[in-house]
Amino acid sequence: MIQSGTAVWFAQHESRLAWRDWLAMMTAGRRERRRRVAIGIAVFVVVMHAVAYSVVGGFAAAPLDRQMLVGITVTLLLSWLLMVSQAMESMTRAFYSRSDLDLILASPVASQKVFAVRISTVTLSVAMMALPLAAPFIDMLVVRGGWRWLGAYGVIAAMGAAATALAVALTVALFRAIGPKRTRLVAQIVAAVIGAAFVIGLQVAAILSYGTMSRGSVLQSDAVLALAPDTASVLWWPARAVVGDGIALVGLVVASFILLGAAIAIVSPRFGEYAIAAASADSSPASQRRRSAAFRATSPRRALRRKEWLLLWRDPWLVSQTLMQMLYLVPPAVLLWRSFAAAGGGAFNLLVPVLVMAAGQLAGGLAWLTISGEDAPDLVAAAPVTGRLILRAKIEAVLGIIALIFAPLVAVLAIASPWHALVTGGGIVIAAASATAIQLWFRTQAKRSQFRRRQVSSRVATFAEAFSSISWAATAAVAAIDLWLAVVPALMALIVTGGARYLSPRKRPGE
Amino acid sequence: MSIPLPQFALEIRGLVKRFERPAVDGLDLAVREGEFYALLGPNGAGKTTTLRMIAGLIRPDAGSIHVTGIDALADPVAAKQVMAWISDEPMIYDKLTPREYLEFVAGLWRVEPALAETRARELLAWLGLAAHADERCESFSKGMRQKVALAGALVHEPRVIILDEPLTGLDAGSARQVKSVLRERALAGGTIIMTTHILEVAERMADRIGVIAHGKLIAEGTLEELRRQAGHSGNDATGSASGGASLEDTFLALVAEPAEAA
Repeated sequence: MIQSGTAVWFAQHESRLAWRDWLAMMTAGRRERRRRVAIGIAVFVVVMHAVAYSVVGGFAAAPLDRQMLVGITVTLLLSWLLMVSQAMESMTRAFYSRSDLDLILASPVASQKVFAVRISTVTLSVAMMALPLAAPFIDMLVVRGGWRWLGAYGVIAAMGAAATALAVALTVALFRAIGPKRTRLVAQIVAAVIGAAFVIGLQVAAILSYGTMSRGSVLQSDAVLALAPDTASVLWWPARAVVGDGIALVGLVVASFILLGAAIAIVSPRFGEYAIAAASADSSPASQRRRSAAFRATSPRRALRRKEWLLLWRDPWLVSQTLMQMLYLVPPAVLLWRSFAAAGGGAFNLLVPVLVMAAGQLAGGLAWLTISGEDAPDLVAAAPVTGRLILRAKIEAVLGIIALIFAPLVAVLAIASPWHALVTGGGIVIAAASATAIQLWFRTQAKRSQFRRRQVSSRVATFAEAFSSISWAATAAVAAIDLWLAVVPALMALIVTGGARYLSPRKRPGE
Repeated sequence: MSIPLPQFALEIRGLVKRFERPAVDGLDLAVREGEFYALLGPNGAGKTTTLRMIAGLIRPDAGSIHVTGIDALADPVAAKQVMAWISDEPMIYDKLTPREYLEFVAGLWRVEPALAETRARELLAWLGLAAHADERCESFSKGMRQKVALAGALVHEPRVIILDEPLTGLDAGSARQVKSVLRERALAGGTIIMTTHILEVAERMADRIGVIAHGKLIAEGTLEELRRQAGHSGNDATGSASGGASLEDTFLALVAEPAEAA
């Protein structure tokens, strides 16, 4: 029997909550779905292992030269930055999410124990998040290259610990530098930027140097290899640890966990103080005051659109998510600018699907927020307007934002290549409309704060939205080269969208 | 010579709604214009379902609903134009200020902007929210949020206000302000239909009280009429002849019978 109030007792409590949370997320809270989820996971594991088996062959027994060290190190760095981003978001939630914090802080238990356990939980969760994608590759490397590859699991644990330590340090530094009121928004934006910046930076470098969006061209370039340190350098330890270098692995694991331990020891005692400061910031309205403006003449449709835009604009978390999507548009924008200068048509072919895909994905997210994420559903439903008008206004709000973001890019493209602009514009409209329609068919009643879990409402909708965007992007890419050939991916996109319509609850009889 | 029919703000006939079991089971109800009507009943009696059907938030399986003579099932938009709905959970947006919220609601109900702005200013002042008019609602207490929702319900001057447990979770000061606003509204000719578990509120404020159990209206009338129906006339809870039984005694006596029968 574990003694109550101890760190182990809290860890047990947190694990139980995390497990139930995960289970509810996977099964959408329905017990009867557990079997299907288990089968789905099993299928995923098998498919991923099969994919990994075919991919890792060339690497399993490859010599550990400088090029391979660069490749592994950059992959690890990319994954680690994503872990830092994830850990930072979790840390922000730990400070600002009230849920059970009031109960715990009001109890006679030392809050540092709680925070120590929460930091450890974050470490575990960021490491676990990497496993579904990393484990199949590691397993297949073990199968094809030997036991030495098992060291990669240790590297993942070390990366999780180091990422959490850095996330804790960054969050607390922000807390001290800009205060609890601004930290929430800034931390979320920093988390999003960290997650995307490195990938985008590499792409921009590739475009500027080699005129391509491939990151590999930079990593395998002579310039990078010449700048890379000697193979004996400590900088390669993480890469060496992955391939089973015992000393490097132990060094990496020990160093990472020392960092994590230090973060826990330094920050935990002040957790209560930070949490209370965060709570106080919530109730202080000084910075939220806005200048009063006269009421504007408006119709219900305009009022609904304006409300949606205001809410989207004022949602810090959503701003960070949108910012990330926008950041991914930087490389194509740079490519556009560079190709515009060179007047080369080939580069535009790369640009078309990227823009179409981004539009579809952004529209899907925004459509969920406006259509399903209605915080006052009863108010809107009780208003003297038809349901059709409400939906129309919400769809207009989504498509308005998409137009605002993508129209300037298409306009610039039109100057350089009217045909590519036409195809891109058409693709953006269709991809955004498809993603919005899918969200409309699978609409549910939820709070905007549940945006992170929008996939839970329907996996069919999630996959249909992604595949529809991909198919329309492919259609636009092919259409940019050969209009008739585009019929094939267009048919695929129509089948995906039609299939989503057929499987949607709005189509099923009796609903 | 024809006798003029009483003008009902709300008239419900044979209303039925089934979920897994009947929630509302052939309910008949009529509320006169300018009346303050309290709907009481134990948990799960069908009060909220009834109000949600009136507000047009769920469709009944059978029956009819007329709001100020408008068939709410045939023309829900016209019926909603004269109604306001407030639930126990305030329906507001955290990221909007009270002023922005009222502007949005006025837009939904097509209220002329200058008029809406004047009403918004008056309502916010009346409810003690003027100082917070330009702050986002996310930091508001439950009482402040409920007052913002109430201001939203009143900004379009509805003829019928439907409230589901509007005083739940409010402190004494906020509850008094809300009650005062509702009373003023009723005095000005508005019709109030409200569910509440706070029997004292129904006893003090309502012109008539309806008691609902198992989806049916089991008793209706003024407090005195309810006492008679419950067999408590002239006696209080202790059986003495010193005064009438409290609404609590009357209510418990009324709902006990159907419960026992069930």
